Amino acid sequence: MSSLARIGAITLKELKQLSRDRVTFGMVVMIPLIQLLLFGYAVNTEVRDIPIAIVDLSGSAVARNITEQVRVTQVVKIVARYNTPQEAEEAIVAGKVRAVLLFPDNLPQRAASGDPVGQWMVDGSDTMVSSAILTLRNMPLQLVAGAPEGAYQATEPSFEVALFFNPERRSEVNIVPGLTAIILTMTMILFTSIALVRERERGNIELLITTPISPLELMAGKLIPYVFVGIVQVTIILSLGRLVFGVPFVGSLLSLALISMPFIAASLTLGLLISTVARTQMQAMQLTIFILLPSILLSGFAFPYEAMPIPAQYVAEMLPATHYVRLIRGVILRGAEASQLLPDIIWLLGFTVVVLGIATKRFNKTLD
Amino acid sequence: MNDLAIRARGLSRAFGDLVAVNKVDLEVPGGQIYGFLGPNGSGKTTLIRTLCGLLTPTTGEIDVLGLKIPAEAEALRRKIGYMTQKFSLYDDLSVEENMQFMARIHGLGKQAGRRRIEELLDRYALTPMRQRIAAAMSGGQRQRLALAVATLHSPALLFLDEPTSAVDPENRREFWEKLFDLSDAGTTVLVSTHYMDEAERCHQLAILETGHLRKRGTPAALMAELDTRVVEISGNDLRHVKERALQLPQVQSAAQQGLQLRILLRSACADPAQELGAQLGDNTLTIKTARPSLEDVFVASTHGGINA
Repeated sequence: MSSLARIGAITLKELKQLSRDRVTFGMVVMIPLIQLLLFGYAVNTEVRDIPIAIVDLSGSAVARNITEQVRVTQVVKIVARYNTPQEAEEAIVAGKVRAVLLFPDNLPQRAASGDPVGQWMVDGSDTMVSSAILTLRNMPLQLVAGAPEGAYQATEPSFEVALFFNPERRSEVNIVPGLTAIILTMTMILFTSIALVRERERGNIELLITTPISPLELMAGKLIPYVFVGIVQVTIILSLGRLVFGVPFVGSLLSLALISMPFIAASLTLGLLISTVARTQMQAMQLTIFILLPSILLSGFAFPYEAMPIPAQYVAEMLPATHYVRLIRGVILRGAEASQLLPDIIWLLGFTVVVLGIATKRFNKTLD
Repeated sequence: MNDLAIRARGLSRAFGDLVAVNKVDLEVPGGQIYGFLGPNGSGKTTLIRTLCGLLTPTTGEIDVLGLKIPAEAEALRRKIGYMTQKFSLYDDLSVEENMQFMARIHGLGKQAGRRRIEELLDRYALTPMRQRIAAAMSGGQRQRLALAVATLHSPALLFLDEPTSAVDPENRREFWEKLFDLSDAGTTVLVSTHYMDEAERCHQLAILETGHLRKRGTPAALMAELDTRVVEISGNDLRHVKERALQLPQVQSAAQQGLQLRILLRSACADPAQELGAQLGDNTLTIKTARPSLEDVFVASTHGGINA
């Protein structure tokens, strides 16, 4: 009986402590809620509206006709038109489009003889996206206006497909670079989110804030050592990816460094911001998980960005991991140069400056 | 230094409904050791934190070393040293590493920093344990390290918040020797304590209770105010005598100390021993007037017995 009473005493005490820790209490509700909503939204393997470009060398009515039929499938969304295949390839490398539909200059003759009418050049670095495009390969086409649907029935597939960057469509090629973003999100945010809270818990802060140190000096000093930790981690993940999983490294090391530093800095400052909100290390860890979950689900690491509904895409755009998943796949798999990926890099740098500013402002040197 | 190091007028600080410091007026002369004496929860820590700019006062004016607080708190930080109640250096760094870290934070140059650290290691007998991790040190050693760090940048004013609460009496005595050395060298020291013997060493004292400043002055003057108000009774059955004494209107408090009962009277009178004896009406008791102690001062000025 007394054993039961003791168990009851501990249970009651835990419940009381839990209800007084507002962040933890909030997380009890928020983590399943957010997780469920995100999963429900993001887990959608039916990809739609993949951004593609058209290169029409024939300038023919047939090409316009086929383009329209491809468009109405809603699998793809035509976002650009280029004049040459070279321009189109560059757009794929830079990540502006996921695929390009190329119509050759002899399109009318090919259509008449039943040959494939065009070529898909597909970014194979995301296997789910490339699978979706591959479903278009054998789509029935209506080449003559007024003819019944499916009248054009060639023995050949409707399109030729050229899979770039990951021709064997191995999923680890897609996963490993993305995983770099997820692992770094987890470790970088956790390191700095705990850094300040630990000093507060141990009482070090009270001494530090009576010294002439400025909040920005403190923040910068907390951030810099972990930049090196981040670089070490990127190196480990990508080396193992190459040695163990045979992930190719097409791009340059310089570009890798130029995209990784802004992401590491952005994640670290996000951790610092958490550090100014959390009161205990436990709270800091929970808030880190709160950022980590959407980073895994919405960043494009697990599910294609294009497959998510618009609201989820807005959320995804706010997460540093989303931008880094794009960047690192671009550099590692498509051999993109940092200069071709400027929008995402600039976004990460802007994020770093803004969040560091907020964290610095939130950290005032008083105990009020 | 003859000027005032600290001047506060009508200083209050509230946390929600709780008024931790209530309309305190304070004047701390430069170069002295000034004590805050009060029980736990009397507002000592809040008062210290407010004076050094860590807490914003709810109302009142503060002037520390000629700087308006909290507006000029940042400039003040270069001139003060602060020793927190809880050890606030890094447990996982060594003595030397902690000192080097704080020397850099205070912007001491490389050469000057090294010289100063050696000097302080020597002064506070930390040289033999310079490599020791702070977590592995005794309470007294940690406290010496904390004082050494608080004085690294040679501040003009030192705030020490219950510096000896985790220290044995032997180390406490040595610690006070160091404080007098600092004071002799011109440093103003503001120290909070709940020990009477420590309070008695201060040049001046402020007695705090529930956020109010009850009394201030030199320990000698404070004790002299209680002349002819303290009597000691010895005899049999003192517990019973105490109960009877507390019934008398002029008795403010009674406390048994070993074989004696110490009585504090509400007001002075010509011959307190004889008067009390007559009122108790017990011939077996020995009653004599006693020299007031600081504890009497403390009891007289707190416990609702303000009698200024």
